[in-house]
Amino acid sequence: MIENRPFLNILTHLVMILGIVMIAFPIWITFVAASHDPIRMTQVPLPLLPGDQFFTNMKNTLFGRGLSGTEIAPVWLMMLNSLVMALSIAIGKIVISLLSAFAIVYFRFPFRMGFFWLIFITLMLPVEVRILPTFQVVADLGLLNSYTGLSLPLIASATATFMFRQVFLTIPDEMLESARIDGAGPMRFFWDILIPLSRTNIAALFVILFIYGWNQYLWPLLITTDTSMTTIVMSIKQMLESAEQSPEWNIIMMTALLAMLPPILVVVFMQKLFVKGLTETDK
Amino acid sequence: MAELILKDLHKSYGSTEVLHGVSGDIADGEFVVIVGPSGCGKSTLLRMIAGLEGITSGEVRIGGRVVNDLEPAERDIAMVFQNYALYPHMSVRQNMAYGLKIRGLPKAEIERRVNEAADILEIRQYLDRKPRQLSGGQRQRVAMGRAIVREPEVFLFDEPLSNLDAKLRVQMRLEIRKLQERLGVTSVYVTHDQVEAMTLGDRLMVLNAGHVEQFGTPLELYERPASVFVAGFIGSPAMNFLPAEGIEGGLLRLESGATLPGARGAGPVTLGMRPEHLIADSEGPIRIRVSVLEQLGSNTLVHGTLEGTEREMVASLPGIHQIPEGEVLGFLIRSDELHQFDAATGKRL
Ligand SMILES: Nc1ncnc2c1ncn2[C@@H]1O[C@H](COP(=O)(O)OP(=O)(O)OP(=O)(O)O)[C@@H](O)[C@H]1O
Ligand SMILES: [Mg+2]
Repeated sequence: MIENRPFLNILTHLVMILGIVMIAFPIWITFVAASHDPIRMTQVPLPLLPGDQFFTNMKNTLFGRGLSGTEIAPVWLMMLNSLVMALSIAIGKIVISLLSAFAIVYFRFPFRMGFFWLIFITLMLPVEVRILPTFQVVADLGLLNSYTGLSLPLIASATATFMFRQVFLTIPDEMLESARIDGAGPMRFFWDILIPLSRTNIAALFVILFIYGWNQYLWPLLITTDTSMTTIVMSIKQMLESAEQSPEWNIIMMTALLAMLPPILVVVFMQKLFVKGLTETDK
Repeated sequence: MAELILKDLHKSYGSTEVLHGVSGDIADGEFVVIVGPSGCGKSTLLRMIAGLEGITSGEVRIGGRVVNDLEPAERDIAMVFQNYALYPHMSVRQNMAYGLKIRGLPKAEIERRVNEAADILEIRQYLDRKPRQLSGGQRQRVAMGRAIVREPEVFLFDEPLSNLDAKLRVQMRLEIRKLQERLGVTSVYVTHDQVEAMTLGDRLMVLNAGHVEQFGTPLELYERPASVFVAGFIGSPAMNFLPAEGIEGGLLRLESGATLPGARGAGPVTLGMRPEHLIADSEGPIRIRVSVLEQLGSNTLVHGTLEGTEREMVASLPGIHQIPEGEVLGFLIRSDELHQFDAATGKRL
């Protein structure tokens, strides 16, 4: 549809720019706040232009005592915790889902449909719904304040299992048959044929799951009591509450900026793989 | 080098039986084509030989060894699929080498075999490409290359040419035949194309609804078809079938009332006459009222009906003829070229 009405053109652009400003402005404010010294952030009017304290703030936030007068872990440690958690969840979910989809699609075992439905039912049971029993189990296993406790309960994934099931179903049967004639056993077929053929789906899922893992809030809040195990997303909220005096906005905003960074990096980095993969696939 | 023996093979899916006892001995180095209409069980039979489909009952022997319970990889076979089934993420070289790598052959040996097969098939310059960068014909060659490098006892082909255009199909057909003769490997080839079957096979196994109708050389099938089904399936244009009755004096009476000599029994029979065996003769007993002519240059196909009936018939006359529509032509047929079948069972008399 090609229309050439200048008024409409201007209007659509205005709406678009408005949308961008609405999304970008808070991020800009975060950036500005993260670049001033703490004193400036308590004075009205709040600054709209960046100050010169950005790197000092970054250094203090990452390695320093962070907020004065609190016992919060340094932000680099929180980032590390978040990273370990997000990676474990993303990789764990992908590995488990690949294997279970492989079993469901390619093997005939007793109660196959039963297992299929069991997995299906877990779709209706995200962590938030089963949080109390799950907490009990994790506590009984002595997994509080551990990476395992942070990630393991979030790893089972019906959605990813279904997605890989769909992917495997699109791979023609002849692929399996010629692999059998070539003498490839089941695991060999899985490694040499299925995984490479699902490469782009794995990458796509990794991006989504990494962000899902990184943004976990409720679960880490519940099971970590030790400050050395806190994740960065939950710590932002804690920083607001735990400050005795007025909040140190420069540090808090710097933390927020740092928390945004890894998901952005993952998206930017994986995007290339997406496009490459998407233009390459043919099954 | 191995012979392939099929002994009373049955296949059922649940309660429906799709193969009802298929037997046949295929000699070492022989090229056998399994041919039949869609859904008659050709692919099923081939896949049972390959080990991709379970055997309900019966026996498959390759080189004297019963292979019923062996995995496909242990049967020493190679198979070429209709859609090639190349691994899309591997280069041509890797596709061809994959099976050898799994078998644990030394690198140098794999390299040698792949290069040798690539030379035979003239795909050397494509070795580092991915399958999607190849044309259909080239993919077909790669699929054959993958079969050759295994140096198997038996080649199995399931309609390998049906995705190619007509011209390429004829060319590849010849190449497959030459290749098979050169390598001398026992081969089983499935197709529903009777021309492909006739030109490729040392022997043809004609399958109909899970039964073997006839197993013989192309000429045997053409000259002495064992049933109405085989007679109608082999030969182009297809054979004419006319109902007739054996009467006293060893004569056959057609629906038109005309009689032919040479009855092999009394009662109702089905007569089979190939269009190219009908000889024009003004006195001939088989009288055809012409409706349409098809000029093929080297010969003329005369379509019409048996005079006095609605029975469609085709005759093939050598050379070019101009015959007005509605004219009645007479034809003769030599009694050794007149096929007679039991009207009830369709079996040859
Ligand atoms: N998995 C299955 N379950 C039930 N019936 C099947 C199955 N596979 C094949 N059949 C039936 O077996 C019969 C033979 O199938 P097959 O694929 O061998 O036919 P074909 O001769 O190769 O036909 P085509 O020329 O169309 O490939 C068909 O009637 C088909 O419906
Ligand atoms: Mg078939």
